[in-house]
Amino acid sequence: MVKTGFMERNLRVIFPLPAVVFVVVMMVFPVLYTLALSFTNWNLTSGMPISFVGLRSYIRVFSEPRFIAAIGRTFAFTGMAMTLETILGLAIALVLNREFLGKGLVKLFLLLPLVATPVAVGIVFNLFFDPTIGLANWALTMVGLPKSEWVSNAATVLPSLVLVDVWQWTPMITLICLAGLASLPADPFESARVDGASSPQIFMFITLPMLAPTILTAMILRLIDALKTFDIIFAMTGGGPGYASETLNILGFKYSFEYFKMGQASVMLVSLFIIVLASSLGIMKMRARSEG
Amino acid sequence: MKKFIFVILASLMVIGASAQTKEIRVLLANHPYGDLLKAAIPEFEQKTGIKVNLEQYQESQLSTKLATEFATGSSTVDVFMTRPLQEAKMFYKNGWYKPLTSYDFSDFPKNALSVVSFGSKTYTVPIVTEWQVLYYRIDLLKKAGIKVPTTFAELEAAAKKLNTPDVAGIASRGKGNAAVTQISSFMYNYGGLFLNKGKAAFNTKEALEGVKYYGRLIGTYGPAGVTAMSWDNIMPLFQAGKVAMWTDASVFYGNIIDPTKSQVPKESVGIANVPAGPKGSHPFIVVSWGMAVSNKTKNADLANQFLTWATSPEMAKRALIANITMARNSPWADKEVLAQVNPDLVTTRAFAAKNGFPYDRPYMSAVGEARDRIGELIVEAINSKGTSPTLQSTADKMAAKVNELLEDTGEYGVQ
Repeated sequence: MVKTGFMERNLRVIFPLPAVVFVVVMMVFPVLYTLALSFTNWNLTSGMPISFVGLRSYIRVFSEPRFIAAIGRTFAFTGMAMTLETILGLAIALVLNREFLGKGLVKLFLLLPLVATPVAVGIVFNLFFDPTIGLANWALTMVGLPKSEWVSNAATVLPSLVLVDVWQWTPMITLICLAGLASLPADPFESARVDGASSPQIFMFITLPMLAPTILTAMILRLIDALKTFDIIFAMTGGGPGYASETLNILGFKYSFEYFKMGQASVMLVSLFIIVLASSLGIMKMRARSEG
Repeated sequence: MKKFIFVILASLMVIGASAQTKEIRVLLANHPYGDLLKAAIPEFEQKTGIKVNLEQYQESQLSTKLATEFATGSSTVDVFMTRPLQEAKMFYKNGWYKPLTSYDFSDFPKNALSVVSFGSKTYTVPIVTEWQVLYYRIDLLKKAGIKVPTTFAELEAAAKKLNTPDVAGIASRGKGNAAVTQISSFMYNYGGLFLNKGKAAFNTKEALEGVKYYGRLIGTYGPAGVTAMSWDNIMPLFQAGKVAMWTDASVFYGNIIDPTKSQVPKESVGIANVPAGPKGSHPFIVVSWGMAVSNKTKNADLANQFLTWATSPEMAKRALIANITMARNSPWADKEVLAQVNPDLVTTRAFAAKNGFPYDRPYMSAVGEARDRIGELIVEAINSKGTSPTLQSTADKMAAKVNELLEDTGEYGVQ
């Protein structure tokens, strides 16, 4: 009985406790630990004990051209992927929002990429993109276009990776936009039509503004994910050719698990964390404005 | 939550079970020898009653897995495959290898032991030796009326003649860090080195000539997208008949001629020495894989039993018959074994053992990053077909980076 009394008195603490413990152990601790490591010179290849070096790792990382280039690439990849995915995702959602024969089937096929494992997707696309024996070049030559080296060429690797990301993640934007479209009230559309508005006008002045918060939410989700993209890039190119597809996350992985420079790798990951946080806050502000 | 409880229960059961039976945890690489051992392990288990918990990883994942487990001090690994030139210095410095004081090393070449010994102790049993060779399509060379090239000039001429829109004249690794090992022999044949007296030396005139030649050869006559290719991308091309010549490690011969994987018949695949450069022919011949016992092992006796079995002369014989080029001397002297091995493998090995270098990469703790840096130079050389005017300045920049790494790890200027 005493136990029950204790439980009842402390219910509001006990019920959220597992979630709080999970967040602290799995999220807060690793972030703080990484932050702490970023002020050390922990380097497994040196065989020396860890020591606190203040901002020295930060200085070395920030003066490394590969780091600066990787930040640029991370934004380029994210920008291209997010823009294409949003435009395509919204367009597909608008089409699917109408009634037509076989809509269910089309929806099903569109959502298939979402459930595929990114690494498996990467491996399949690698075969597809192979410059010599790949299907993509065969298809290009069939329609009379010149061959491309896809992910094997520094100039085309990033757009090719974006293509894979778009293939996989556009359906997610579609899904969110569809849900948004379904929840829009019918009245404004009806009155617009009565007043003689054309379809483009309805889209520009009614659908888009009303759907904006939904679209921005979808964009935040994609932004956070795209900035952190690791699996597809790692499985397909490992950051190559050369460093041509080395984003911040890939560089951080290389510094930690291939170069074993844990201190400097932590600096990179702290930077990525700040970038993701700042970009998300930026879009969230836009969303608040669009709602207000 | 259910899953969580299940995991806890399962781990408790494993702990409980291991208290009763003799068990060891072994980490192997995805390598022909790892595969051979995997298939043979049931014999070991039956003979000794020791249960082997086996895990197999791709080579760089294996390094990462071992290093993170050892660094966190939580490792339960007992025996593992290891790449001496890639990780021995770092593993030794961190005290992760157990010294092998009671192992009989008399059947191993001295230079193979030199890279796995520190001070007076040996830490790794050399398993596999690899040297660089030139694989070529006998039928294509014959059709084009070309002799097997023996000099760099002949090699380039042959690659030019054999190169068609459908078949690449020659292939070799172009993916920066992976290409470092394969460019080594080209550098040596021009008189260059990666490191000299503990300092970066790949920016010298001789070394750079080798890099330029490699860049011109692979950039001009290599398959499309070669700067993204390591051996695992080139092998399927060779097997599909899309490559006329290929320089890489000797260890792939068994896979190349595997009729279940290759469209090219065994009779059409020849093996030759890497052609000679201006400073002769000095292919790398290295201990690419060894086997070691973890310093933290709680089952030292069982681990030693496994090590002794897995690196025994009998296993080495079996492996050599499967065209895996073993480090031990004895199988190479066994006529019965040699009768089943491609004679060109035997002659190229003898040549490399006599004339080769025991390193195929800069031998240093921070070799992972050093390879990426040298890889930048290689990619620039290939992309520009060896003509980039900034090759020297790139080489100087990368040499400075590598020197910095040597300084960071206390190896600068140390022979």
